[in-house]
Amino acid sequence: MTATATEPSRGLAARDDRVATRPLAARLLSRPEVGSLIAAIVIFLLFMAVAEPFRNVANVGTILYGASTIGIMAVPVALLMIGGEFDLSAGVAVTTSGLSASLLAWNFGLNVWVGILLALVVSVAIGAFNGWLLLKTGLPSFLVTLGTFFILQGVNLGVTRLLTGNVASADISDMDGFATAQKIFGSEVTLGPVNLKITVLYWVVLTVIAAYVLLRTQMGNWVFAVGGDAAAARAVGVPVRATKIGLFMAVGFCAWLSGMHLLFQFNTVQSGEGVGKEFIFIIAAVIGGCLLTGGYGSVVGASLGALIFGMTQLGINYAGWNPDWFRTFLGVMLLLATLVNMYVKRRADLR
Amino acid sequence: MSTATTERHDVVGHSNTPILELENVGKSYGNVHALRGVSLNVRQGEVTCVLGDNGAGKSTLIKIMSGLHDHTDGTMKLDGVARRFGSPRAAQASGIATVYQDLALAPLMSVWRNFFLGNELRKGPLRTLDIARMKRICEDELGKMGVVVPDLDRPVAGLSGGQRQCIAIARAIYFGARVIILDEPTAALGVKQSGVALRYIVKARDAGLGVIFITHNPHHAYLVGNHFIILKLGRVVLDAHRDDLTLEQLTTEMAGGQELAELSHELRGIDPGKVIEPGEVEHGHVEAPALSREELKAVEREDEEEPRA
Ligand SMILES: Nc1ncnc2c1ncn2[C@@H]1O[C@H](COP(=O)(O)OP(=O)(O)OP(=O)(O)O)[C@@H](O)[C@H]1O
Ligand SMILES: [Mg+2]
Repeated sequence: MTATATEPSRGLAARDDRVATRPLAARLLSRPEVGSLIAAIVIFLLFMAVAEPFRNVANVGTILYGASTIGIMAVPVALLMIGGEFDLSAGVAVTTSGLSASLLAWNFGLNVWVGILLALVVSVAIGAFNGWLLLKTGLPSFLVTLGTFFILQGVNLGVTRLLTGNVASADISDMDGFATAQKIFGSEVTLGPVNLKITVLYWVVLTVIAAYVLLRTQMGNWVFAVGGDAAAARAVGVPVRATKIGLFMAVGFCAWLSGMHLLFQFNTVQSGEGVGKEFIFIIAAVIGGCLLTGGYGSVVGASLGALIFGMTQLGINYAGWNPDWFRTFLGVMLLLATLVNMYVKRRADLR
Repeated sequence: MSTATTERHDVVGHSNTPILELENVGKSYGNVHALRGVSLNVRQGEVTCVLGDNGAGKSTLIKIMSGLHDHTDGTMKLDGVARRFGSPRAAQASGIATVYQDLALAPLMSVWRNFFLGNELRKGPLRTLDIARMKRICEDELGKMGVVVPDLDRPVAGLSGGQRQCIAIARAIYFGARVIILDEPTAALGVKQSGVALRYIVKARDAGLGVIFITHNPHHAYLVGNHFIILKLGRVVLDAHRDDLTLEQLTTEMAGGQELAELSHELRGIDPGKVIEPGEVEHGHVEAPALSREELKAVEREDEEEPRA
């Protein structure tokens, strides 16, 4: 028991000579978003090669618009997945939000902005309810949100028919506040040959904020922890319940943002819309490197996943292929991207 | 070391008041009574050792003190005031830090993120994580334990069991403000790191912290302990001060008295140096060691004791 043997001085803390320092490339390659980045580049090059209109700069706006409508939801869904949970109700929750604003304003003759704020409350409350029920019952989020998925789907159809006698909400474009709201949620700017929808701006801003929160704040640290091992996180003092409920509320907030765009883009909302979208958000997150089991993933990756969707959706069209194949293409993409993720990560970890 | 031990009693004595007091505390998991009528005091500037067989209730006891579980009977007092910690975060706010037996590390998170999990350092108006400072502190603290973790950005899942245990210990020592609880901290450690962990326990005591040290090793316990508590089937069967106990007595008490003597007698016949011809057996064909009549009786007695509770 000599002091020198047990307490090596700090500077000398003998570096273990079995480990070499890792090259920068290896460290970059072990990032979770690398698979989606490779996939995005490959798909971009593919459609550049085969689809003539894809090369037209004016179409950039259209492609980015498609990507943004998915990306706005894929970002919070990715955060939630890193936090260890799913939200299968995310797709129909967008419709619920749009319908709430529209039906409340129209039915009670309110200013459109009052409807918008009420819809925000409804959307965030749905998220909070999902989180609360999950923690209260201890059921897996897959089941809980499958329940809310069906409930919301039914409510969307039922309430809309009850109030309007129709399957869509009434056109609210002549109501007070509509013009300003449309500026906020549905406008577009022209940059040279490119027309950019405002959703693209929201998507980019959301991605930047979420990536910052995830990697550079205490909240982000907690998100990784509750997804990786909730019991361990609780044991060292992470407020697990608040973190998870907060994540569900973030999904609710983004569903509201998407729902408002839906409403002010088309002036009316189809009550059956949104079904199946939840899987697209989840797939974007998975392509972006999020583990289904939680505790690992990337927001930037999820946005790249959304971009892949945007490019594919239009690229198939532009290439003149039969759009029936879109889903097949997506399935293959999903498998390839996850395999690349796994392969690249394993290789990088070994270096 | 032994001179320091005797001096310590004279300096500190038994006069200081307990920071944590448990009175008749019980804990049931459904129909399992894991703890029954446990009373003990934890004083600052002392090391309280908790010993006992597997399943005796040691971890359950410390989980109550660290806020992970709520007790079902009795009272726990912090600074003389009855308290129930709603969560581990509340216990930490009261200055209690814990090394759990299962370590409580998030496997996919990096070493430094795990080290500061729940206690992140932040800076600036945006409350950004102060990553550089956290990495530096983490590296320093691990270096002081004599562990070299190659890359603080690697996930802890890729580290050895002992390295992970060192992270958990270093974290508790760094964040423990008044009480440090260590649940079998030396279980996965090498000789050198065990020595360092024991030195840390003494250092924490000397800094005036209350230390609760759970171990299966009476030698480790006797090296650092002021107070010894032995649990058996959820009850305190021994609560003695160091002055009233020798290492031999402690070892004997832990092993349940007679049992150890019998074991050593029995094992004398095994001929430890012997080498046997290589052989192969069918599944399940290695004979079970025969239990002596006393051992069987002891097991039966324990079984009887349960339903009576
Ligand atoms: N979550 C739980 N649910 C039900 N029973 C439990 C739970 N945790 C512990 N027990 C029971 O409580 C008793 C005490 O367990 P505990 O973990 O406190 O033992 P221990 O003294 O720490 O043992 P070891 O030395 O093996 O760590 C055991 O009989 C165990 O089966
Ligand atoms: Mg234990």
